[in-house]
Amino acid sequence: MTVASVRIRPKRVLPGFALSLGTTLLYVSVIILIPIIALVISGAGIGWDRFVRILTSARTLDALRVTVLAAAIATVINAFYGLLMAWVLTRYEFRGRAFLDAMMDIPFALPTAVAGLALTSLFASTGWFGGPLEAMGIQVVYALPGIIIAMTFTSVPFVVRAVQPVLEDLDPALEEAAKTLGATPWQTFSKVILPAILPAWLGGCTVSMARSMGEFGAVVFIAGNLPGKTEIASLLAFIRLQEYDYRGASVIALILLVFALLLLLISNLFQIRAARYREGGK
Amino acid sequence: MTVTPMNAHDQIAAGRRAANAGERWTARVLIALALVSTAFLIAAPLVYIFWRAFAAGIGGYWAAITTPDTLHAIWLTVIVTVIVVPVNVAFGIAVAWAIARFRFPGRGLLMTIVEIPFSISPIIAGICYLLLYGRQGFLGPFLREHDITVLFALPGIVLVTLFVTAPFVAREVLPLMLAKGSEQEEAAVTLGAKGWQVFRYVTLPGIRWALLYGAVLCAARAVGEFGGVSVVSGRVAGQTNTLPLQIELLYNEMNTSVAAFAAASTLTMIAIIALIAKTFLASHNRRD
Repeated sequence: MTVASVRIRPKRVLPGFALSLGTTLLYVSVIILIPIIALVISGAGIGWDRFVRILTSARTLDALRVTVLAAAIATVINAFYGLLMAWVLTRYEFRGRAFLDAMMDIPFALPTAVAGLALTSLFASTGWFGGPLEAMGIQVVYALPGIIIAMTFTSVPFVVRAVQPVLEDLDPALEEAAKTLGATPWQTFSKVILPAILPAWLGGCTVSMARSMGEFGAVVFIAGNLPGKTEIASLLAFIRLQEYDYRGASVIALILLVFALLLLLISNLFQIRAARYREGGK
Repeated sequence: MTVTPMNAHDQIAAGRRAANAGERWTARVLIALALVSTAFLIAAPLVYIFWRAFAAGIGGYWAAITTPDTLHAIWLTVIVTVIVVPVNVAFGIAVAWAIARFRFPGRGLLMTIVEIPFSISPIIAGICYLLLYGRQGFLGPFLREHDITVLFALPGIVLVTLFVTAPFVAREVLPLMLAKGSEQEEAAVTLGAKGWQVFRYVTLPGIRWALLYGAVLCAARAVGEFGGVSVVSGRVAGQTNTLPLQIELLYNEMNTSVAAFAAASTLTMIAIIALIAKTFLASHNRRD
């Protein structure tokens, strides 16, 4: 203890500590921290009673319910689609594999307004998908399925890109051993592969959920935005701003911020688990 | 004596062949499933945009793109991107240099804070900026006194876009600089190189592809930003509408026309170019 404190710390050899850290702190404060603090202070200024009243109003609760429900369903779809894509892209060699791999990034590269426009017109009654679906009696646009599809599209890459590297790193000897010991392919998958990719998979799902809950651009096009039915939380916050109801907007924004930070925390825990699993395996 | 093991061997081989055939069949089904679902979920929307944008031919597309409001929106989007990308490249270098080359209290916390814009909705970012710079905001009275316009004008759009794209460059450069270590830079300093010489001749050649990669991601995101900008821009066509906002306006005005799809296909082309550049840079990045 005393030895450690007596030890002279090595002098910093590299220059630029004050400059780089100073620039970083200034920028982070002005661009990221102070605006977020403004939201927190403004939320705190509302007062507890009024905060609860705004939060528990029927329209706010409906919007939160629609958002969480649609985001949860979108996340489940992406959990399975992402797992399938990660598996196919890492395990099989086929023509067009690299192209398919690049396609996975399109939902990130494509502006959300463009995604919203494309999906809405595709699923409208005049679109390629909307016509046949409506003939079957399924309404997508201006209904919950539309919100789910928009959220699914914009968060596709999260699960794929979380699971892919883990599957690539997985030691083939483990699967060979399972096969040699007489495990069926399904047993090999569920008992050997799944436990190894589980933390990364769940981590990807968490980020996907966070992204879906915050999605705005793609959803406003397709949702129809009917209060109580297809109005999502971030849109309601936006509407409150248009009405100059800054308190109402702050309450919803704060709730969404808390959700987002909670999901960020959970995904970080999964990431730590995933890292530990990978190191333990080596 | 020798016949029995041969038979057992053959049996195992036959079993393995059957298993391999089963595996090949599974592979075919899974690949087909992946291709079909991706075709519906991702490829169809992409193709549909171009299909509608060029429904009236190249001439129709060109006429839709060159209306004054859409041209102004393109111009505004370009200006915002040209301001935002260099600023966030500089920020990314500063963050990476500070965190990867020095140890100080709060280092881990700083890394987390830099990642925050990724996890919160751009709408929340927009609301934060409105509460800070708006008329009723904390800085509102000060700004009015000094006649400074931030919101519903270019500065507000730039600020929110800076927020949303802040982590992109840092996230690419930081892990690379951490992995590379600082021995070469320390050697350069020992040999008498000045600070900017160390950066220019030792650090920069090693991180240039990651830097460009981050800049491409940052630019793609800046061009397409919608939620945050829609809160702070005021959305006046021909004045404060960026291209993504212009798409929404065009769509709400006349949703059967080519105009919205023409604007959207322009953004899609930018996205595809960014994706190709990204794939190219990623292969260089891996080689470094």
